[in-house]
Amino acid sequence: MSMPVDLGSLFLHFLSLSLLSIGGAISTVPEMHRFLVERTGWLTDSGFTASIALAQAAPGPNILFVAVLGWNVAGMQGAAASLAGIMLPSTVLTLTATRWMRAHRSHVAVRAFSAGMMPLTLGLIIATGWLLALPFLREETRRWGALALMAATIALTLKTRLGLVWMVLGGGVLGALGFV
Amino acid sequence: MSRPKSPRELFVAFTRLALQGFGGVLAVAQRELVERLGWLTKEEFVETLAIAQVLPGPNIVNLSLMVGDRFFGLRGALAAVAGMLAVPAVIVLALAAAYGELSHYPMAVDALRGMGAVSAGLILATGIKLLPALQTSALGRPVAFGLALLAFALIGLLRWPLVTVLALIGGAGMAIAWWRLK
Repeated sequence: MSMPVDLGSLFLHFLSLSLLSIGGAISTVPEMHRFLVERTGWLTDSGFTASIALAQAAPGPNILFVAVLGWNVAGMQGAAASLAGIMLPSTVLTLTATRWMRAHRSHVAVRAFSAGMMPLTLGLIIATGWLLALPFLREETRRWGALALMAATIALTLKTRLGLVWMVLGGGVLGALGFV
Repeated sequence: MSRPKSPRELFVAFTRLALQGFGGVLAVAQRELVERLGWLTKEEFVETLAIAQVLPGPNIVNLSLMVGDRFFGLRGALAAVAGMLAVPAVIVLALAAAYGELSHYPMAVDALRGMGAVSAGLILATGIKLLPALQTSALGRPVAFGLALLAFALIGLLRWPLVTVLALIGGAGMAIAWWRLK
């Protein structure tokens, strides 16, 4: 079913998403899913979700889930190709734009860009959470446990200052015990 | 205010803060850079973050680039972003490699399944937490929430490609904001 792995197009795919990743690379997760799972079949649906969960469970910036996706497609070279792709364009743009934006903070174009992009960014973040939750909702047998765990996570994040690492570890323990 | 003495000190500081950040580095970055090291005032931190968020790329990586650039130019930017990524990348890839072995054990798969449910919840919660930011949007509340809802529906439910949605919703948002602000 799946197409043969091609490092060049893996690199180019992430390169093309770099400048679109406003609000973080996590907002381009739906697009990565379309490419890696639906179009090329390089990853399975559960492999895709597991890659992201693994990166979330580890310390460091969330962007490293891109390296894990690449790793699961093509090992070390895949990780290097995908991480380099997602980082290069945005790094160059950030370095060149930073000074200009600092100097023109109050310019109408800068404010219009920021205000105009905000609804899209928020819609994307919620769509990302929704797409990551879907595989759990589709599964018949343990659907309610997963739903309860997600609801508890949302409530704890909004209502307490509990460290996120404890929630992720707690989810791992509950999962290992077969509750989710 | 103090400042880093060398790009090397930047590298170490960013490695240190990245390793403390499970499930998000932003809160740790504020505590380390503003409160512990005193390299940025609270106002400078917020201002830098605002620009980092508007630019494409992970906001925390953009923030590292901008802080490094401010003290040592390009060398500083690269030192900070390398500190943010190098050691955590080794750790996460080691975990990914081990997961190939571990995946033969149902318990490890179930544990990751539980973690996956939590990370879906964390991202949804982040979205919910940030939604009130739209209340003060220059777009006006109804337009801002309407566009966010539309973006969610097009991406999450109808699975439209991001480029199309970005052009449509981002373009409309910027045009309306421009018209209201000028």
